[in-house]
Amino acid sequence: MTDNHTHTEHLDSETGKLGMWIFLFTELFLFGGLFLVYAIFRAKYSADFHLAAEELNAFIGTINTVFLLVSSMTAAMALTAIQKGDKRLTIFLLLVTILLAALFMVNKYFEWSHKFEYGIWPGSPVLKNMSHGELLFFGLYYMMTGLHALHVLIGMILLSINVVKVKTGAVNSGRFLMLENSALYWHLVDLIWIFLFPLLYLIT
Amino acid sequence: MNNDEKHISSYQSLTVVLVILLFLTAISVLITGFHLGALTVAVALLIASVKVFIVLTQFMHLKFENRFLRLAVTGVFALFAVVTIITFIDYYFR
Repeated sequence: MTDNHTHTEHLDSETGKLGMWIFLFTELFLFGGLFLVYAIFRAKYSADFHLAAEELNAFIGTINTVFLLVSSMTAAMALTAIQKGDKRLTIFLLLVTILLAALFMVNKYFEWSHKFEYGIWPGSPVLKNMSHGELLFFGLYYMMTGLHALHVLIGMILLSINVVKVKTGAVNSGRFLMLENSALYWHLVDLIWIFLFPLLYLIT
Repeated sequence: MNNDEKHISSYQSLTVVLVILLFLTAISVLITGFHLGALTVAVALLIASVKVFIVLTQFMHLKFENRFLRLAVTGVFALFAVVTIITFIDYYFR
């Protein structure tokens, strides 16, 4: 069926993938800009940033790093599975990826609610009484992890759509650009976290 | 276009990549516990960069992509490095 279309299909997927990469470039600069703001204010208010970063739970951060790294591998494996035509394994691996993403969000929920218990949320009275540097740290913390969490949610939705498409056969071993691009998106989520984690949680 | 056909990563190689990434994560967590001062930031960022490189080349298949895409990605990271350097020059010498 695809025989006489093979050539155009190939070009299509190459172009589609290039488009995805160009989108990922804009994402890198979206977060890159925030990293820069963080770096400059960290240099300016290093003592305050040190104090504020101590508040963060490095353990939860580490667990979430593991979740994202493993999920990135299962997403990459899902692509291998669809290329090999193993539909069941593809769906299983996608579901594992989504589950790990959900666990990441659950962790994030507990992490944030723990902060809220201490009265630390954007614009809270406690935060307003803190020093300027601490205020900036928590502002950036909520902005960066929040924006990242939004990407995790979008990634979960994308991967779920893929599960359905693989099930119906719309995504198959001969046509898997959507799964490939969704996996690329998911790896970007992982990539950004790889930088966020040491910057926010480890370096105090 | 120099790539003949799509590369399929094996499950084993992806697992090995994950083990390496987890190992690097463990190192970066352990090292920051030592409080090496300014060096901590450098080491943490260096390890993060290595991890990002591995994710890009292995999980995101850049290793097997055509030269144009590899060049584009390298260029974007180089551009970000330049922006960072210029921003810091502006901050320190203003």
